[in-house]
Amino acid sequence: MVSSATNFSRSGLSDWLIQRASAVVLGLYVLVLGWVFVSSPSLEFAEWSLLFDGLSMKIGTSLALLALCAHSWIGMWTVATDYLTKSHFGRHGTSLRLSFLGFCIIVILVYLVWGFQIVWSK
Amino acid sequence: MLLSIYRYNPETDLKPRMVDLQIEIPEGKDLMVLDVLALAKEQDPSITYRRSCREGVCGSDGMNINGANGLACITPLSDAVKPGKALVLRPLPGLPVIRDLIVDMSAFYKQFEKVKPFLINNDALPAIERLQSPEERAKLDGLYECILCACCTTSCPSFWWNPDKFIGPAGLLQAYRFLADSRDNAETERLSNLEDPFSVFRCRGVMNCVSVCPKGLNPTRAIGHIKSMLIENNA
Repeated sequence: MVSSATNFSRSGLSDWLIQRASAVVLGLYVLVLGWVFVSSPSLEFAEWSLLFDGLSMKIGTSLALLALCAHSWIGMWTVATDYLTKSHFGRHGTSLRLSFLGFCIIVILVYLVWGFQIVWSK
Repeated sequence: MLLSIYRYNPETDLKPRMVDLQIEIPEGKDLMVLDVLALAKEQDPSITYRRSCREGVCGSDGMNINGANGLACITPLSDAVKPGKALVLRPLPGLPVIRDLIVDMSAFYKQFEKVKPFLINNDALPAIERLQSPEERAKLDGLYECILCACCTTSCPSFWWNPDKFIGPAGLLQAYRFLADSRDNAETERLSNLEDPFSVFRCRGVMNCVSVCPKGLNPTRAIGHIKSMLIENNA
């Protein structure tokens, strides 16, 4: 058993399941948006705004935002623990990885809060 | 034929280098790469490599042959080199070089040791032996044949980046060999040692292991079986 303090779930199985579940949510959301674009080729702002006024679209967008944040965190954590290590960057590897992961957390949280604020602001 | 071979002696060399040798291949013969190495050693006795059984059983002569890992003793020149091209031999990637084509396999064996590659069964011993049905025995086919040559594990990028954390395809093939064995009853304990983010789940399914295995085994499929067992056990 290998432990890692920066892995929030502490379980590869949880991460693996979350990656797949969030990919399904994002895939479905992209399909819905794709269907909107195809069925309304001359989409105007008023129509777009009306679409996001609906509760189902607000819930769907919120779920997609959560899925995107979870998916990107697990992905970036995996990339960082593969490439930002002592074997690539010598003694600075760990501090570089922690800084990068801290930056990722901040960006992801900002996008999450900002996204929720936009979706639920009216 | 031109042979380009990796040379490095940490006691005398500052850094590794590739050395070219011209090897006379007997007319009309398709030699194995190991035979070419033997001819090269006649020219320069200091060329160093591991070998033993010369028939793909011991797994000693795993090396990188024209960019792909394989066993020198069962890789014919006709498979390894296009006509008129050079034969390029390097040590297995991702492990420290001891000398020339010999690598330090400690990290590989350490990961193998982690999966407890032996039967664990605390039930009372039967009078003669623990029996298996032909169907139970058949589940071990494609798993027990691994000779631990390390060709698969050292071709895996996940092992290159995390050799101390990711068990690697060879170790995971052996982990599943014991998970699948009806005589072993330590399934829960074995699985709980594998559910962290690195041991199994660092496998990204690039399948280099499958394409290089000299015995034609499929570690990626075994890893998939382990993931399914982890889900059934924990989800």
